[in-house]
Amino acid sequence: MKPPPFEYHAPNSVARALELLATLEDAKVLAGGQSLIPLLNFRLARPAHLVDVNRLPGLDRVYERDGGVAVGATVRQSGAERDPLLRERCPLLPLALRLVAHHVIRNRGTVCGSLAHADPAAELCAALLVLGGHVVAESTRGSRVIAAGELFRGPFETALQPDELITEAWFPTHATGEVGVLEESRRHGDFAMAGVARYRDRVALFGVAGTPVMADPDDPTRGLQPSGDLEASPEFKLHLVRVLVARAYGRAG
Amino acid sequence: MRVNGAERQAPGSARRLLSDYLRGDLGLTGTHVGCEHGVCGCCTVLLDGRAIRSCLMLAVQAEGHEVTTIESLSPEGAELHPVQRAFQECHGLQCGFCTPGFVMAICGLLAENPDPTQPEIEEGIAGNLCRCTGYASIRRAVRRAAELMQEPPPPASPGTPPTARGRVVQSPPPPASPGTPPTARGRVK
Amino acid sequence: MTTRWFGAPVQRVEDERLVRGRGRYTDDLDDGALHACFVRSPYAHARVRSIAVEAARRAPGVHAVYTAADLPFGDRDLPLLIPHPALTNGRTQRCLASDIVRYAGEAVAFVVAHDRYLAEDAGELIEVDYEPLPVVITPEAAAAARNLVHEDVPGNVAAELTQHVGDVDADLAGAPHTLSLRFRFERAAAQPMEARAVWARWDPGERRLLVYDSTQSPTSIRGGLAVLFGLPETSVEVVAPDVGGGFGPKIMLFYPDELLVPYAAMQLGRPVKWTEDRAEHFLAVNHERGQVHDVRVGFDGSGRVLALDVDFIHDAGAYTPYGIILPIITAAQTTGPYRVPSYRTRFRSLFTNATPTSPYRGAGRPHGCFVMERTLDAIAGELGLDRAEVRRRNFIQADEFPYDTGIAWQDGNRAVYDTGNYPALLDECLRLLGPRPAGEDVGMGLGVYVEGTGVGPYEGAHVQVLVSGKVVAATGIPSQGQGHATVLAQVVADVLGVDVADVHVRSGDTRRFQWGVGTFASRGAVTAGNAMHAAALKVADKAKRIASEQLEVDAQDLELAAGAVRVRGAPDRAVPLAAVAILSNPLRYAFGGGAEMATQFSSRARAGPPLADGEQPGLEASGFYSPAGSTWASGCHAAYVRVDPRTFRLEILRYVVVHDCGRVINPLLLEGQIQGGVAQGIGGAFYERLAYDDEGQLRNASLMEFLIPYATEVPDVVIGHLETPSPLNPLGVKGAGEAGVIPVGAVIASAVEDALGILVSQMPLSPQRLFELMQRSASSG
Repeated sequence: MKPPPFEYHAPNSVARALELLATLEDAKVLAGGQSLIPLLNFRLARPAHLVDVNRLPGLDRVYERDGGVAVGATVRQSGAERDPLLRERCPLLPLALRLVAHHVIRNRGTVCGSLAHADPAAELCAALLVLGGHVVAESTRGSRVIAAGELFRGPFETALQPDELITEAWFPTHATGEVGVLEESRRHGDFAMAGVARYRDRVALFGVAGTPVMADPDDPTRGLQPSGDLEASPEFKLHLVRVLVARAYGRAG
Repeated sequence: MRVNGAERQAPGSARRLLSDYLRGDLGLTGTHVGCEHGVCGCCTVLLDGRAIRSCLMLAVQAEGHEVTTIESLSPEGAELHPVQRAFQECHGLQCGFCTPGFVMAICGLLAENPDPTQPEIEEGIAGNLCRCTGYASIRRAVRRAAELMQEPPPPASPGTPPTARGRVVQSPPPPASPGTPPTARGRVK
Repeated sequence: MTTRWFGAPVQRVEDERLVRGRGRYTDDLDDGALHACFVRSPYAHARVRSIAVEAARRAPGVHAVYTAADLPFGDRDLPLLIPHPALTNGRTQRCLASDIVRYAGEAVAFVVAHDRYLAEDAGELIEVDYEPLPVVITPEAAAAARNLVHEDVPGNVAAELTQHVGDVDADLAGAPHTLSLRFRFERAAAQPMEARAVWARWDPGERRLLVYDSTQSPTSIRGGLAVLFGLPETSVEVVAPDVGGGFGPKIMLFYPDELLVPYAAMQLGRPVKWTEDRAEHFLAVNHERGQVHDVRVGFDGSGRVLALDVDFIHDAGAYTPYGIILPIITAAQTTGPYRVPSYRTRFRSLFTNATPTSPYRGAGRPHGCFVMERTLDAIAGELGLDRAEVRRRNFIQADEFPYDTGIAWQDGNRAVYDTGNYPALLDECLRLLGPRPAGEDVGMGLGVYVEGTGVGPYEGAHVQVLVSGKVVAATGIPSQGQGHATVLAQVVADVLGVDVADVHVRSGDTRRFQWGVGTFASRGAVTAGNAMHAAALKVADKAKRIASEQLEVDAQDLELAAGAVRVRGAPDRAVPLAAVAILSNPLRYAFGGGAEMATQFSSRARAGPPLADGEQPGLEASGFYSPAGSTWASGCHAAYVRVDPRTFRLEILRYVVVHDCGRVINPLLLEGQIQGGVAQGIGGAFYERLAYDDEGQLRNASLMEFLIPYATEVPDVVIGHLETPSPLNPLGVKGAGEAGVIPVGAVIASAVEDALGILVSQMPLSPQRLFELMQRSASSG
């Protein structure tokens, strides 16, 4: 299982990276590579160009702004998990992060990369949604903010244009004690058959629809039509959603 | 890039995986390839001291970084590294194919956390597959490695011949009662 | 002879090298080899109309592309390894398909290039025109036979075999109680961490073929390659170097690559290597476990089984290279440790459009055990009796050995149990298990099994004491992690009175030892162990003969200890083994190292030739062990589990094994085998399955979706031992390799059933399966 041929670019500046994304036909951004490289190895993805953003300066910061915490594009998931600012200001995030795959994967995978990948079962996408965060998407045409509710369009599909690069994700500050992330997966670190990210009275579900979706804590499966997967049928997913939401609120479930 | 302390040139082909570069170009065959999709952990090496999957990295991406493989832990003729010694003492390997990946992951774990709790050990080894041992001896090996790295080696018990191999040892008996603390997933309480 | 090493938990001699990352697995070899890859059928069943390879042949870095048309043996079927009279419609595939493909993954073309990247690029340029045909996937569909896998095999039946003991129909009719049960097992796969790999070099000057192969039987591969290529077998060498796990699929022999890699090496004048990747391992390497059983059991009011009638179908896959060994083992191992007065077992081995099946750790025993154990649980449930008590009432008792089951065994004989004590196993297991933990949703499961081990035809070994006093030994069987080098060194060290560290064992290399069968069926310790023992005893006897001349003492007053041959009771009268080795080879020319003591003017004058009649030079000997029958290990597993009543997540609270493999050579290694086997059993019971769709596509051909348990899913197993030595071999040992896995499915099913109060009759389980079963049970009231 070896990657197909591609042109490899490792720009040293954001401007250069954006230029490449604007001019190259069929280019994919390579950040942590923990999702993209398996696809390359299976030859399920065959981009003509890879734009490696790991060398871009200034994107490895976690900092406060605008009542929240910004996480740069090259911040590793393990770094975010340990980051004292996130632990203090955004306690939901470390809870979500420790459920992402395994710690070795998190040593390379990035927070923004997970958001751009938009796996329907991704904990970080649900965290962004339930907190009402956003990403900053830059291109040669300028910069724009994409709110979580607009970002995720479908399975592995976002509102990002091919020439756009997420340079940071932003999570609003929130208090501890009313946050929780619960999921049912088969083994440690596996994708969730169903998952719940809770912040106060807001609940986002993951693993049960084409994107993370907000739900009513009192009627979490209303309107939900999950597709089944290898490990869970639609009925079982609905059942798990009810159980997990109840448990997220400390109710018998 | 530096590999085990030596300067190396990245390969010409950008698509060459770090795992293949280490094994094929540099002859460092101690790092093994089990799946090429990041699940089994056999290919785990250290990048700037942190454990990563070498099958999920392009070799060119390692430029400017430091890669550490199993071969660097105990150069030819030298004593075994404490983690390696712990694996031998605790029968933490059978076929040995997953072992370098486990050893490097554990080196990464103990570098960050020299005295891990049992849940932290569990978390630390949870990303590597072993098909032979059933993990009990690997758990013991991590605990033993942490001990070895913190204190001088215990004296050999009386009557034990001084060779490093083929020695009668008191292996730690398996726990008579379940010893591993609970996490969410199916384990002994 | 000492008993210092037998039974000692000696640390492995293999580990020093393996923990350093200095193992030598087949893919570690290069030596300028070209790299190969396969093009495989994406269809489960299709006619091959054409294969276009020209573009691939011209691709960068490509040295050769082969299809069946390019091979002199292209139209030859691969060997049918184990023929059997009941296998009336056995079929094997060809190296490369050219006419019809019968499973997704069947090999169609073979590309050899500068490296694997370029080989895969070239493979994508090969265009195959397939005409899809109807697909038969499940064993039930195969039995219904609306479509055929092989046009000329009616009903998809490769083989049918019925055996019986007693009069089942009469005893069922007369039984006070009867039950009808059905049990279903899905396909599963061994998935060793090292996939398969082959490396070959042809030396045209010497006309010698050297092959490294991640196989469980180098001697068989060597024999087959010699025949195929018309070479004397002495010109073909096959080595199994370090192998990263076998578990059965690597005892399947003559996978297409095992012929094509050597062939390409011979054609291209360069070494050639092929290393399987995980994606193709899922499709190309044999599977196992698919069976469906219909059971009728008759029993009395105290739970004693009177009659057992089992009718099962076995999923053979698209071809039957391994014959019907698997269903034969299931048939023989169903009654297990129990006395079943009347037993009939009928099986049909059926073709399906899926990867062929052959043994995976357990090899049919898990099915038999599951059937019997679940049946006994059902009887207990029906009569309101304790599950352990029902077992006690049905056990073969400790004084009933040898016990002839009357059913055919895989060695061509009948299954006759040599020794055992099943009631003691159960009692000790329950004692170690302890009281049920408090709390809701807890269930207890139990499973008892027997395991036929140590099957023949034979194994051999060679032992030699070097002039340095160190010992080298060799045997034909390879290792895939069992620690043979350590275990066999322990056996030799005891006989020769040396330190284990001074015995170096080579295995699985036909250059060092060319005779033998292979590593499978829990036979290594029994066969190779006893062969080593026999060889070492011959060496010891010779050492005593030579030393007795030197010391002028009767040979029977001598013993081997501390690296010397010495007088019993007067240990200072001794000759070091090193000196004996020198003396065993009469010399004209001294070459240092003490050799002068063996030259003509130094050695003691004796009448007759320096090398006596019938003697050979050197302190070495070969030994062989050929069992008259298998030896029967046994064990009891028990567990407490908690099943979350809402999410159906499984938590194993305590898992206990009490195991009897006769005399134990190395308890440290034995416990490793058991713990590892239980882990695979847990995987097979609750996590792993091969998810084929109706088109015969394997939907979860990756480790992300085929769920091998991590450490977080496997508890520490509590292990107890019982020893009923085998009278059938001098060491008194029985096999242990598969013991950990055999009853795990039954134990988990039993425990889950106990926790949830629903009937469990399938493997594997999962939260989804339990959800469905609970729903079905709720709706049926």
